[in-house]
Amino acid sequence: MTTATFRIWRGTGNEGSWEEYPVEISEGMVVLDAIHAIQTEHANDLAVRWNCKAGKCGSCSAEINGNPRLMCMTRMETIDTSQPVTVEPLRAFPRVRDLVTDVSVNFRMKKSVTPFTPRKPDAADGTWRMKQEDVDRVQEFRKCIECFLCQDVCHVLRDHHKHDEFIGPRHFVYNAALEMHPLDVADRTSDLKKRDGIGYCNITKCCTAVCPEHIKITDNAIIPLKERVVDEFYDPLTRLFRIFMPKKQEPAATPEEIGKVIDG
Amino acid sequence: MSSYQTHEFDVLVIGAGGAGLRAAIEASGAGQSVGLVCKSLLGKAHTVMAEGGMAAAMGNSDDRDDWSTHFADTMRGGQYLNDWRMAELHAKEAPARVRELEAWGAVFDRTKDGKINQRNFGGHKYRRLAHVGDRTGLEMIRTLQDHGIHQGFEVFMEYTVVELLKDGDRIAGAFAYERNHGRFHLFKAKSVIIATGGVGRCYKITSNSWEGTGDGHALAYRAGATMRDMEFLQFHPTGMVWPPSVRGILVTEGVRGEGGILQNSEGRRFMFDDIPDAYTHQTADNEDEGWRYIIGDKEARRPPELLTRDHVARCIVREVREGRGSPHGGVFLNIHWIKEQLKDGSEHIKKKLPSMYHQFMELGGVDITKESMEVGPTTHYVMGGIQVDSETQMSIVPGLFAAGECAGGLHGANRLGGNSLSDLVVFGKRAGEYAAKYAADQSMPTIDAGRIEEIERHALRPFETDGDGENPFEIQHDLQNMMQERAGIVRTEENLSFALDALVGLRERASRASAYDNRDYNPGWHTALDLDNLLDVSEMIVRSAIERRESRGGHFHDDYPQKCEQHGTWNTVITMTGDGSMQRAEQQIPAIREDLQSIIEENQK
Ligand SMILES: Cc1cc2nc3c(=O)[nH]c(=O)nc-3n(C[C@H](O)[C@H](O)[C@H](O)COP(=O)(O)OP(=O)(O)OC[C@H]3O[C@@H](n4cnc5c(N)ncnc54)[C@H](O)[C@@H]3O)c2cc1C
Ligand code: SF4
Ligand code: SF4
Ligand code: FES
Repeated sequence: MTTATFRIWRGTGNEGSWEEYPVEISEGMVVLDAIHAIQTEHANDLAVRWNCKAGKCGSCSAEINGNPRLMCMTRMETIDTSQPVTVEPLRAFPRVRDLVTDVSVNFRMKKSVTPFTPRKPDAADGTWRMKQEDVDRVQEFRKCIECFLCQDVCHVLRDHHKHDEFIGPRHFVYNAALEMHPLDVADRTSDLKKRDGIGYCNITKCCTAVCPEHIKITDNAIIPLKERVVDEFYDPLTRLFRIFMPKKQEPAATPEEIGKVIDG
Repeated sequence: MSSYQTHEFDVLVIGAGGAGLRAAIEASGAGQSVGLVCKSLLGKAHTVMAEGGMAAAMGNSDDRDDWSTHFADTMRGGQYLNDWRMAELHAKEAPARVRELEAWGAVFDRTKDGKINQRNFGGHKYRRLAHVGDRTGLEMIRTLQDHGIHQGFEVFMEYTVVELLKDGDRIAGAFAYERNHGRFHLFKAKSVIIATGGVGRCYKITSNSWEGTGDGHALAYRAGATMRDMEFLQFHPTGMVWPPSVRGILVTEGVRGEGGILQNSEGRRFMFDDIPDAYTHQTADNEDEGWRYIIGDKEARRPPELLTRDHVARCIVREVREGRGSPHGGVFLNIHWIKEQLKDGSEHIKKKLPSMYHQFMELGGVDITKESMEVGPTTHYVMGGIQVDSETQMSIVPGLFAAGECAGGLHGANRLGGNSLSDLVVFGKRAGEYAAKYAADQSMPTIDAGRIEEIERHALRPFETDGDGENPFEIQHDLQNMMQERAGIVRTEENLSFALDALVGLRERASRASAYDNRDYNPGWHTALDLDNLLDVSEMIVRSAIERRESRGGHFHDDYPQKCEQHGTWNTVITMTGDGSMQRAEQQIPAIREDLQSIIEENQK
C-alpha cells in the first residue's frame, strides 16, 4: 500500500486555505474514496457532494490537479502521487464550503428554456411513432448527467462570468435535445440568439473534452444550433451542408389530446 | 434559541425521486400550493441510478401481455404477501404512466415499428420493461424534473427533514435544516407526502447512495404510522465485488435480460441446478431454449438466470459458500459469450448496455465484451415500508401519505425488477391526487412551539458533546458492518438476537455522536443526525426478521430454510408504543377478491 498526500481547498465562501492530508491508497481506489477516507479519519466536516459513486448522477464534480472531473470516476492509478494531489471546487460557481459550490444558476438557466412541446398525436392508436434512428441523436444529448463540468470549463462562464447572458454548453445540449426531438414543435432559435448568448461560443471544444458522458457537445449540439440561428436570421439559401433541417411549423398538441395519449 | 424560517403550503412533498416529483406535479395540477424538499440537488435522487427499465404491460414487444399477467407475476414474485389491490392498480395503471412520460418528453428505445420497446427481466413472463439503454432512471427523473419545474411548485434543494410535526392526531408539517448554512426551516402543511426512498445504508454492501438512510420510514414511524414487511430486503444478486472501492455498485439485471449467464469457478451454469417448483413450467431446461427466449422466440421459456432476485442471490451465496466462487468472493456474469450467437455481439453489448460497459471499463478495468464480470449480492431495495391505503396512499396518520420505495405493500416479500420505476409514478400520482384532495378540505394546522424547541435542541446536540464525543462516521460504519453480518442475506436466530442487543449499544454511542461546531455544509453533523433514522430502521428490520421463522422472498432464515404456509397468511407490522418502544405484531392478509384469485390460478398453469 502506498500513501498519497492530498491538498484540499478548505474554507467557507471565499475565505479559506489549502490543507494537506495523507491517504493510504489501495487497489482500484478513486479520488472520491480518498475524500471519504479524509472525512472519516481527519475532518468529518469536509464538505463534498456525491450520490451514486458510479458516474451516473453528476454530483461529485471538482477540479483534480486543475482538471474538471468526476471524483468518483477518477482512479488513483491514473494520477501521479509523487506530488501532492490537489482537489478544489469548481471555479465557475460561487463557493459554499470546501468542495461544494453554489450551482443553482444552472437550474435558473434551464427554467428559462421553452419546455418540450409535442405535436398532435398522429398514429392510429392516438399516440405517436418514432424511429430508433430518428431518436439516436436526441438520446445522446439525454445522457447528460448535469455534472456541470462543461459549464465549469467554458471560458465564457469561467473567465468572463457571463452567467446572465450565456446559458452555457449544458443548456445548449438541453436546447438541442428539445429542438431535435422528433415530436417537438416549439422554436427556440430567437431565444438562443438574443437571450441565451450562443454567439459567445467560439467553438473551442473545451466543453466536449471534459464531458464524462462523451457527448459531442460542440459538433453535435452547438454547431447545428448555430446553423439554425444563422438560417433563421441571415441568409437561408447559403447554407449547403445543414446538419438538420429547420423544423416544420406545426400546431402543438392540446392538453386534451395529451390526456388521450395517456389514457390510451 | 429558536430561530427558523416558516413556509406554508397546502401540500408538502418530502423527496424528489420519481415518486416525489410525480406527486408534486399532480398536487400542483390540482390547484394546491406545493412545496418539495430534498436532500440533494434536483435530479440526483436515487431514481437517477435506475438502469434496466420500467415494467408496464403495454404489449408492444409481445402482444400476449396484459395487466392481468403483470398482476399475477407481481403476486407470484412477492410470494403472495403483497397488498393485492395495490398490485392490481399498479398493473392496470403503469402503461398510462409510461405514455405520460413520453408525452412529457421522455425518449424510450423504440421497436422496429416505432413504438416504445420492451425488454426481458426476471420474473416477468413477457418482454415488459420500457427502457432507455441501461439508464432508464435518468430518463425518468430528467423528464419529471424538466416537466415539473414548469408546474408551479416550489423546490427546496439540499434541505433535510429531521422530524414531522402533528396537530393532535393529524399531520401539521415538517421541520428541516438547510445543508448549505445549517439554518432551520419550519414547513407548515395540511398534508405531507413522504417519498424518501430506501434504507440500503443500514448495510455495508449496498447499491444505495448516502441518501438511503431510511429517513421517511423513521419519520413516519415516529409520527405514529404503521410499518409493514420490514423483514423483506432485496439483496440484488449482481453487485460489483472488485475492486473494494466499488463493492456493492449495481450491475443491472438488464445484462441477464440481454443474454448474460451466471457461471461458477468451474464454468458451470449453476442456475440450472435449482429451479423452484413455482417456476419450473416457465423456465427453460436447456441452454439452447434459454437463448431462443432471449432473442424473442415465443415458444421458448425463460433462462434460469431470469428467476426472481431472491432466488438468484441465494444460489450465488450457495456457490460461494461451497467453494465454487470467483477470486474475490462472487461468481462470474458472462455476457461476452453472446458473440458466439451474434456476429456483431460486441457492438450489441455496447449499444444495449453502455453504462455497464463504461462502469466496468473505467472502475474495474474489465472489458465486458471480452471478459466476465465478478458479481455478488448487494443490498438494494426495501420491500417493507409505511403502510398505506391502497387507493389513496394515506397512512393511518390523517394527512400523512407515502409513495415510492418508502411505502410498503405492492411488492410483498420480493420485488420484481422494473416494478419500482412503475410503482413510483403510479402511486406518486395517486398520492399527489389524494393529498391535494385531503388538503382542500382542511384548515392550516397549528404548530406546537415547545415541540419545535425540543427538535432543535436534539438536532444541535452533536455540537455539544464535551470530551466523550464519538465520530459519527465510525458509528455508522460499525452499524453497517453489524447489520451486514447479523441481519444480511442469510439470517439465523442467534445472529438476529445478537443484532438486537448490539443496536442498544450503538444507540448509546449515537447519542454521543459529535461534530465540529460549524453549521455550514457539514457532513459530520448531517451523518450524526442520520444515525437516529438508521438505528430505528435497523431495529424494525431485526425485530420483524426474528419472528418470521420461515424463508420467503427477501427473508432467508437459515434455521428455517423452508417456506411455511401459515406464515403466508400474515404481514408483520411495526408501531411505536406510548413509551416510545417498538412493537411488532402480525396482521392477517385480507381475503383476495375472487376475480383476482382466478387470474392468479390461471397464470399458475
Ligand atoms: C443502482 C440502482 C438501479 C436500479 N434499477 C432499477 C430498475 O432498473 N428498475 C426499477 O424499477 N427500479 C430500479 N431501482 C430501484 C429504484 O431506482 C428505486 O427504488 C427508486 O428510484 C426509488 O425512488 P423514490 O422516488 O421512492 O425515492 P428516491 O429516488 O430514492 O428519492 C428519495 C428522495 O427523498 C429525499 N429525501 C430522503 N430523505 C429526506 C429527508 N430526510 N429530507 C428531505 N428529503 C429527503 C432524497 O433527497 C431524494 O430526493 C434501482 C435502484 C438502484 C440503486
Ligand atoms: S465550445 Fe463554446 S460552449 Fe464549449 S467551451 Fe468552447 S466556448 Fe464554451
Ligand atoms: S453535457 Fe456532459 S459535461 Fe455538460 S453537464 Fe452534461 S454530462 Fe456534464
Ligand atoms: S457520485 Fe454520482 S457522478 Fe460521482
